[in-house]
Amino acid sequence: MKLITHNMLTSKCMKGVTVGYPLKIQAVDVKTTEVDFNPEFISRLIPKVDWNVLCSAAESIGYLEDLPKEVTENYENNVDFLKKAHRVLLEIDIINGELICPETGRKFPINNGIPNMLLNEDEV
Amino acid sequence: MWPCMKLRHLQELLQQIDGFDNPKVHLEQYITPPHLASHMLHTIQTHYGDIDGKLIADLGSGCGGLTLGLAALNAGLVIGFEVDQTAVEICHSNINDQAFSNIDIVQCDLTSNSFLSRWFKQFDTVIMNPPFGTKHNAGIDMDFLQKGFALSHNTIYSLHKTSTRAHVLKVAKSNCVKAEVLAQLRYDLPSSYKFHKKTSVDIEVDFFRFQILNNS
Repeated sequence: MKLITHNMLTSKCMKGVTVGYPLKIQAVDVKTTEVDFNPEFISRLIPKVDWNVLCSAAESIGYLEDLPKEVTENYENNVDFLKKAHRVLLEIDIINGELICPETGRKFPINNGIPNMLLNEDEV
Repeated sequence: MWPCMKLRHLQELLQQIDGFDNPKVHLEQYITPPHLASHMLHTIQTHYGDIDGKLIADLGSGCGGLTLGLAALNAGLVIGFEVDQTAVEICHSNINDQAFSNIDIVQCDLTSNSFLSRWFKQFDTVIMNPPFGTKHNAGIDMDFLQKGFALSHNTIYSLHKTSTRAHVLKVAKSNCVKAEVLAQLRYDLPSSYKFHKKTSVDIEVDFFRFQILNNS
């Protein structure tokens, strides 16, 4: 599971949960995989992202490195910034671990890099 | 015309993908035949440029045929959404075999509205080969399509039984989405289930392109 995907997932679907965001990450196994860098694609991805959530998520698994805490102005033309964003959004892969609902503590397992967001009938 | 991998190469790649060993009837698990999937994807890229460098969702991604094809055609990122554990596992092994890194899979229930959450209108392109809703799950095809409309800010590509064309067009219109049948295809469905009497059966299927209009 990439951090762009984490940035979009919530547990709002659960009974009694009002926001369900951001999900905490308990990572057991993290790896980095090289993904082709497409500056135009990353530029269009950045406005969709909750940047604070991205930074906290990267920090919580020990991969923040030199990612700026805020989105730089005119980032479209800042290759250095786009490369850092690319790395954190697409190249960090959480292979095994758990996502945890911030309100209920319900755990969603991540196996083989795939988060399982399915709920039991009594949780909906 | 947009640049694209050769159709033949795409089809060869899709032929290497493992399908379902024991497809589940209630989920209508059919793989998209490789020749059909490759033609669909090739058209989407060469005619419309809706794959290369795009953020794409594959709804009901199954064993990952369309997902891997999208990745091969240089999608910026493909996110496959799938409910079934077995399908997710086969898909994972297919992704590993082909070593694509521009794919993420999320296991979730697509019929629940809640999975949309923050994904609403975030995708450039949504693609799906939905269940046709013929196995005691009437309406699920339109449910998938409505999810596609909610997720995409631009285009949606989907397959629907030709016999339901008028209904599909009506649903699109009522959602302020422009719908166009790009091709009428023959879906050669091998007899994957015990209750199938013939070795294969052809179904007429429409390959649809939907365009979200700005005022929707």
